[in-house]
Amino acid sequence: MGSFEPVLTRNVGIPNSERIAVYLERGGYTALRKALHMPPDELTALVKDSGLRGRGGAGFPAGLKWGFMPKGPVTKYVCINADEGEPGTFKDRLLIEHDPHSILEGVIIAAYAVGAHRAFVYIRGEFFLGVKRWIKAIDEAYASGFLGKNILGSGFDMDLSVHRGAGAYICGEETALINSLEGKRGDPRMKPPYPAQIGLWNEPTLVHNVETLANVPHIVNRGAAWFKSIGTEKSTGSKLFCISGHVRRPGNYELPLGTPLRTVIEECAGGMRGARPLKAVIPGGASTPMLTPEHLDTPMDFEALVQVGSMLGTGAIIVMEEGTCMVEVTRRLMDFFAHESCGQCTPCRMGTWRLKEVLTRIVRGQGQPGDLDLLEELCAGIVGHTLCPMGDAAVNPVLSSLQHFRQEYEDHIQYQRCKEEN
Amino acid sequence: MATGTHVPDPIRRARLLTALYIAQEQAGYLTPEVIERLAERSNVPEAAVFSTASFYTLFRARPVGRYVLQVCTGLSCYLVGGAERLADYLERKLGIKAGETTPDRLFTLETVQCLASCGTAPAMRVNDELYENLTTEKVDMLMDQLTERAERWAALNRS
Repeated sequence: MGSFEPVLTRNVGIPNSERIAVYLERGGYTALRKALHMPPDELTALVKDSGLRGRGGAGFPAGLKWGFMPKGPVTKYVCINADEGEPGTFKDRLLIEHDPHSILEGVIIAAYAVGAHRAFVYIRGEFFLGVKRWIKAIDEAYASGFLGKNILGSGFDMDLSVHRGAGAYICGEETALINSLEGKRGDPRMKPPYPAQIGLWNEPTLVHNVETLANVPHIVNRGAAWFKSIGTEKSTGSKLFCISGHVRRPGNYELPLGTPLRTVIEECAGGMRGARPLKAVIPGGASTPMLTPEHLDTPMDFEALVQVGSMLGTGAIIVMEEGTCMVEVTRRLMDFFAHESCGQCTPCRMGTWRLKEVLTRIVRGQGQPGDLDLLEELCAGIVGHTLCPMGDAAVNPVLSSLQHFRQEYEDHIQYQRCKEEN
Repeated sequence: MATGTHVPDPIRRARLLTALYIAQEQAGYLTPEVIERLAERSNVPEAAVFSTASFYTLFRARPVGRYVLQVCTGLSCYLVGGAERLADYLERKLGIKAGETTPDRLFTLETVQCLASCGTAPAMRVNDELYENLTTEKVDMLMDQLTERAERWAALNRS
């Protein structure tokens, strides 16, 4: 880690960091002033050049997304995805509650770049403090002339409002989010068309995760070369890693992309909480495949994690020590996915439920010979057969735990109990 | 709609989630009458309003207690040994199972997965308020406070 200077979390921990006065005092909204003097295309080129990739899980290049938005004076929208809800993930909540203006500044710049005059914050229904702070932050931004008509005398108009979700993980998927904003069930839509073509109320829509947008003001202020100097060649910039589970100091840590998993666990989080050694790690939230101690030296970036068979996801690291029952861990994750499946696609609706049933009976010591084949068969029935990525996400814990801990599953079935938990 | 200005249907529909929140705040849950009225106001069939409301876990079609306790049973809360212990503890303390409401209609106990407090596990929400790094002692104190608050409220209403 060494001398890395925090970018996204630079205001976190400062008293009243959520207030505009503090944000301004610390150099806030200078990027917006600068951006409003730049031609919009130049901003898109800048973000493209920076290599910034989406921080919500998929890692899609942000600048490309901006470039997909049609040019010209058509109605367009921008949505801020603040619907953080994947087990293990608590990074967006930190920014939402402690630095809303950095996200706001990012979204105003993004809207100016793509020519949108209306933006919406879609915030998780459970984030009540976040909602309150956002309402306040937006009021402050209007009062200071950063939102509304003729922003800072530039002639650019933009309005922004907050909308609460109501308890549905799937609304973090961008097309489900759009349906929910429209006041409907949060069922994902068929893609293509992508939101950049047909989004909110069938108009072109740019949807970005909170953390992605929070990077934008810094890129505008300090340039693409500076941004690229952090991280790796293809995974540029820093990332919030939220670490939980059996570590000494769980929490949020901002580090350059490409920092080894070992550094995050051992240096930042203080290592394992007790004497038991590491058994398994989920590197990027509930939907990313599990890893084992042999993967500890993997750099935490988009490419390296794919190479070892997992994904960066949201950067939510869940650490598990020896003695943890991996079948129970998997069952618990499947309980989540089965509950959160929107029900639209049969493979996901029925598949996650059946997976949960089979995992539950194995955990209870009622597993049957052939259950592991059944699990694999069910997974194969889901992967690639759903509209949105949730189907693929749901099978990851099952397939990866079977890959790394197959013997543990077999022992459960053979001895009809868990040998791990004591 | 009582207001004179014309609101286009897509905008009316977009207000539905907010309207459901407001309606639920008033009765504590979404009554059939509320669904009917919202359908009329949003200019969509009642079935569409019910379908939408039932999609989201924060909307309730049945009455709940004054305080809704949502204990997180997500992976991170489970790993630090909190999830089940807290849920079991509250079940015993309140004498109800998860999903039920105490006879005095004070508490409803629910289990949920992930409140984005994995770094401060175990966590629980009481109505809209989040409580983190919980222990059974902290839960005891919290429950005492809530009970006392409810009693004061009841006394105020009697006087």
